[in-house]
Amino acid sequence: MLLGMAASDPAPVTLIVGDEELLADRAVGEVIAAVRAADPAAETHDLVGGKVEPGELTRLASPSLFGDRSVVVVRSAHDLAKEVIAEFVSYAARPAEETTLVLVHPGGVKGKALVDGVKKAGAQVVAVAKPTKPAERLAFVKAELKRAGRTVSGDAASALLDAVGSDLRELAAACSQLAFDTPGKVIDEAAVARYHRGRAEVSGFTVADSAVEGRLGDALEQLRWALATGTAPVLLVSALARSLRSLAKVGGAPRNLRGGQLASHLGMPPWQVTRVQNQLNGWGPDGIARALQAVAAADEQVKGGGADPAYALERTIQTIVASRTGR
Amino acid sequence: MGVFDDLVGQERAAETLRRAAAGAAELLAGGPGTGMTHAWLFTGPPGSGREEAARAFAAALFCPDRGCGHCDMCHQVMVGSHPDLETVRPQGLSYGVKDTRQLILRAAGAPTLGRWRVVLFEDADRATEGASNALLKAIEEPPPRTVWLLCAPSPDDMMITIRSRCRVVTLVTPSAAAVAHVLATRENVPPDMAEFAARAAQGHLGRARRLALDAEARGRREAVLAIPASLTGVGECVAAAERLVKTAEDEAAAVTAALNESETAELRKVYGEGSTGKGLSRGLIRGGAGALKDLEDRQKSRATRTKRDVIDAALLDLVAFYRDVLAVQFGAAVELAGADRRADLDALARSSAPEETLRRIDAIMLCRRRLAANVNPQMAVEAMTLSLRRP
Repeated sequence: MLLGMAASDPAPVTLIVGDEELLADRAVGEVIAAVRAADPAAETHDLVGGKVEPGELTRLASPSLFGDRSVVVVRSAHDLAKEVIAEFVSYAARPAEETTLVLVHPGGVKGKALVDGVKKAGAQVVAVAKPTKPAERLAFVKAELKRAGRTVSGDAASALLDAVGSDLRELAAACSQLAFDTPGKVIDEAAVARYHRGRAEVSGFTVADSAVEGRLGDALEQLRWALATGTAPVLLVSALARSLRSLAKVGGAPRNLRGGQLASHLGMPPWQVTRVQNQLNGWGPDGIARALQAVAAADEQVKGGGADPAYALERTIQTIVASRTGR
Repeated sequence: MGVFDDLVGQERAAETLRRAAAGAAELLAGGPGTGMTHAWLFTGPPGSGREEAARAFAAALFCPDRGCGHCDMCHQVMVGSHPDLETVRPQGLSYGVKDTRQLILRAAGAPTLGRWRVVLFEDADRATEGASNALLKAIEEPPPRTVWLLCAPSPDDMMITIRSRCRVVTLVTPSAAAVAHVLATRENVPPDMAEFAARAAQGHLGRARRLALDAEARGRREAVLAIPASLTGVGECVAAAERLVKTAEDEAAAVTAALNESETAELRKVYGEGSTGKGLSRGLIRGGAGALKDLEDRQKSRATRTKRDVIDAALLDLVAFYRDVLAVQFGAAVELAGADRRADLDALARSSAPEETLRRIDAIMLCRRRLAANVNPQMAVEAMTLSLRRP
């Protein structure tokens, strides 16, 4: 990511685009640090987009009497007024010598004129997007610990991800804490397990899989986790319905179909068919019917037909697990 | 005489309305106006022609001849261009309080042509609670020349406070024979097709007309009626539910897509897209994005409603089917709606008990209730087909 950015002289105008706050903060910090490296007395002006008035930039960027360097940071640059954006764009084309301008824009359509204009004027652009893939987050954890001069085993890194979740700020905090608390060069799974346990984020599908496979205790625990971390009850219900629906489909498919044929008949990917076939162990048609009906009732309850969505979900999971054993 | 003759099988209601129209004319002439009042609630099962009855009454109010059916006034009402007739047709899932307040304001105006100002509120049961409350005062004491005509399936669909301020006109389900007669005489449908459609639609004139004239509608009904016999296993139940929901989605998309596109293009034009000249940008002017978003929300609500309506129609066909099964099981001497599916009916009647049939009808009704409560259609329909399953 940005960790290897040159600490030499920063560009006169830097545009940071993206919705990942931690990385954006770090990028801002790096620019400031680079300016300070050249001139320790450099002044920093920290502005918020919505409050910048016309002319303010010109005032801040005008050369000072003593030729001091300064950094102007504008956060939430998407809130800048139209006239102010025009001022910034024209400034970017002809930046002042002693001033370094940093614009932080969260991406998106609002204030897009600024992004386009400043890019065109030749500003340095830093993209800070939220990592969406697990592999990217894993890489982030590894890079974080490497910065702290440590290495981490793959298992330990993924255990940390499971336990802390996907918020980069929390991950970074957990990494620096781990680097501080554990002795030795390599951080292993045991070290992670000493400070972190459980799962931070449980998706509806995890809950549904546990329920369908008959692990009542796990399913209820995961359900509570999911609800506590803000998963919408409606999503949990639909995940349950989807799992049961694929059970019904695979279970009701013609017996003479196998493998790829079966997968294309059902319109599911082959790995999913195999998985559902394993889950089907212990299910009978009546049980599936009862479970699906319980899920429909739960959807009604969750959408205002009942008093407590959490109760409705717990009860449904119990019904599902009970339907399973009663073939 | 004229406009009331078009109402199918509603002799009693027509009589009441005729007398009211006479009273209205008397009132205009300065008489006591017995039989006329300022707020009416037209109720009756779907297909009984609530809106048609209300419109006929409006024509009778405007017409100097109390509804001759061929003068300018009557004609304008029938094509919907009469300046004093305000027709409200909620297109989304509900009719909100904001729209209602504007409606009340418009309703308070004096009639342009000097007789009456009529507000015809179709599907008044879609008014939200807030909207109904906003209507109360306007309905209770309207300006002297304003008449409210509300339409709802049953008086229970309206708030009691609205109900008590209206005079109720109850329409009945027309007999199959009456519907068949109308189809044969007005739409030139062959007699046996007319009879089939009238029976299958169970007195719902609009549905009967669609079934008689549209081969696709007949095909959809066939597909729905084939469902009960196909539900032999859990897999089939889930597949049948998926098909039903998919069909409804496709139909809703087909109905709304064309409409959406022209509406959106229209709105973009209003907000200056494609305009040229000094001071104009090529994109939307300020406020355009918000207005577009509003329109999108309205369109989405309409699509959801269309989808629900399509599923609901299918469910009603299913209810009719199981009602027939029940009739066969008890040997009741009633007209069967699905006489064309006699073999299926008999087979199901023989292989199950009347209690099971009743339970199945309950399951369908539960599904309708759930759909109205915004339950995911696929889940609701699945639960229903599973209940209909034959062990």
